[in-house]
Amino acid sequence: MNLSKSTIPWGALGPWIALAITCLFFTSQSSRFLSGENLSLVLQQVMVVGVIAIGQSLIILTAGIDLSCGMVMALGGVVMTKFAVDYGMNPYLAIVCGLLVTSCAGLLNGLLVTRVKLPPFIVTLGTLNIAFAITQIYSEAQTITNLPPAMTFLGNTFNIGSTEVSLGTVTMLVLYGLAWFVLRETAPGRHLYAVGNNPEAARLIGISVDKVLVVVYALAGLFYGIAALLSVARTGVGDPNAGTTENLDAITAVVLGGTSLFGGRGIILGSLVGAVIVGVFRNGLTLMGVASVYQTLITGVLVILAVAADQMSRKGAR
Amino acid sequence: MKFSTPLILSTLTLAVGSAFAADAPVIGLITKTETNPFFVKMKEGAKAEAEKAGAKLMSAAGKIDGDTAGQITALENMASAGAKTIMITSAGDAIIPTVKKIQAKGVQVIALDSPFEGADALFATDNYKAGVLIGQYAKAAMAGKPVKIAMLDLFPGHPVGAQRHNGFMAGFGLKANDAKSNELSTAPEIVCANDTNGDRAKGQTAMENCLQKDPGINVVYTINEPAAAGAYNALKKAGKEKGVLILSVDGGCQGIKDTEAGIITATSQQYPLKMASMGVAAGVEYAKTGKKATGYVDTGVTLIAKNAIAGVDSKDTKVGLDLCWGKK
Repeated sequence: MNLSKSTIPWGALGPWIALAITCLFFTSQSSRFLSGENLSLVLQQVMVVGVIAIGQSLIILTAGIDLSCGMVMALGGVVMTKFAVDYGMNPYLAIVCGLLVTSCAGLLNGLLVTRVKLPPFIVTLGTLNIAFAITQIYSEAQTITNLPPAMTFLGNTFNIGSTEVSLGTVTMLVLYGLAWFVLRETAPGRHLYAVGNNPEAARLIGISVDKVLVVVYALAGLFYGIAALLSVARTGVGDPNAGTTENLDAITAVVLGGTSLFGGRGIILGSLVGAVIVGVFRNGLTLMGVASVYQTLITGVLVILAVAADQMSRKGAR
Repeated sequence: MKFSTPLILSTLTLAVGSAFAADAPVIGLITKTETNPFFVKMKEGAKAEAEKAGAKLMSAAGKIDGDTAGQITALENMASAGAKTIMITSAGDAIIPTVKKIQAKGVQVIALDSPFEGADALFATDNYKAGVLIGQYAKAAMAGKPVKIAMLDLFPGHPVGAQRHNGFMAGFGLKANDAKSNELSTAPEIVCANDTNGDRAKGQTAMENCLQKDPGINVVYTINEPAAAGAYNALKKAGKEKGVLILSVDGGCQGIKDTEAGIITATSQQYPLKMASMGVAAGVEYAKTGKKATGYVDTGVTLIAKNAIAGVDSKDTKVGLDLCWGKK
């Protein structure tokens, strides 16, 4: 085994380089791009997808995929806001209920994958539709407004110098730090990589593969619930139509971040970089006055380049 | 498996019975989605109207905006289930060949809200006019002051999005494409344009980025009220919500409440219930007399503003709330 190649894969540096080049380009195009205010804004814009991408990364590291993440998030957002507004529940308790619902949705995905042995793609395709339908039925497709302030506190900001930073951004960064630490420094984190790399080998060295998978899916659900709270804080409402593009956006972020769709390889911070790259393009192209549809075009090209880089580094590592 | 003769007989009787009872005209309604309150209201209106007129309503919808495949399936299923009139809010021109096929079998197809070629009749809002009304209001409200306009659009190539956008510019007195164009016109006064998909969170993001591009924006056109609410959120966070006009189109109950609250300055209200009830009436007429509906019928649009401006005809939010769609 060639250690130098497998421990520093192309995929780990690629996203950072891509982000740096993108930022240099937009700095040259717009004097406003590199202001603290603008960069803080980009982070606020990507925090929802960024936090979903943490859950998605964990799942993709196990060689799975979760198509239901955006819809589960929307469900969580509707549950927590409706509980607080319509039933007058204590907002903090309502948030906990929302987190519970999304965690249970994740748990359900995990049980179907491990106990019934269904492929994650199919399981989450099913739960995507179920979560979407329940969200619409439960909310009667109506936006929930007049939220108590406690529900939107993550939208509040504080100042670093003259730059306003939102608590939501801090939450996202802390969650990434936490996930990075757990994956890198703890035994459960190592087990997760082992399961993604080779489930058979993981089983042989005594890792309970099914248990790891169930925990990963449930944990991902919890992250979607936190993302729901961030989304509610950002828009100030419970929106049953939230999350329609977030499932694919989160997968895009993970792939751009260099995590292998084949499992077992990738650094969680890459997913943050991936989410930021997409946000930077949206922001930068608007500053340049370029139509939004080009942002979609460029994102598509980047995704293909990222997967191609992963494939090539795989061949190189063999 | 064994079936008892009485069971088979009664099943047959039931089947025949229901076939005979089906002389009430069957009318189909296909919307873009089941979830947009605009279409929810349209369906409610159609159902109530059909019950009153002694007709039977079938309904279906695409899964997401733009799901023409889902609409085509629904068209085929409804025609084969015996619907003689189908009302449809087209998700795109891909439905046209199927529409032609079922028209050839004697089915009347009526376009609601979104026009497409070959429909027997169109009952819809004049989206260009809806844009013109808010454009005129903005022009009068700015009273000759220099303007910096942000356009928060739908997505590229959609006729409704283009008509509202271009109508707004024409109403504002800017050079703009006519009502038939699907191209979004531009002008020097427009300092930023971005797509929102009519979505609240994307409206907020688009407005945030536009404010970064030009913090002096003082007029914001929005494709619909959720996008407008998102834009207001962005302005408020930037401390710029005062003195910026936000114009929109739709007239949903939440949008009218937002107009009352000063979040939206003025909005053009459209009437999905009217579209649906006119469609049902046309369906019943066709079943009774064999006479098809034809041409375009404007279902009306009203400018709703909290503060009236001299020289611009508008109604207040109380009128708007009486006529709004969605949950009051």
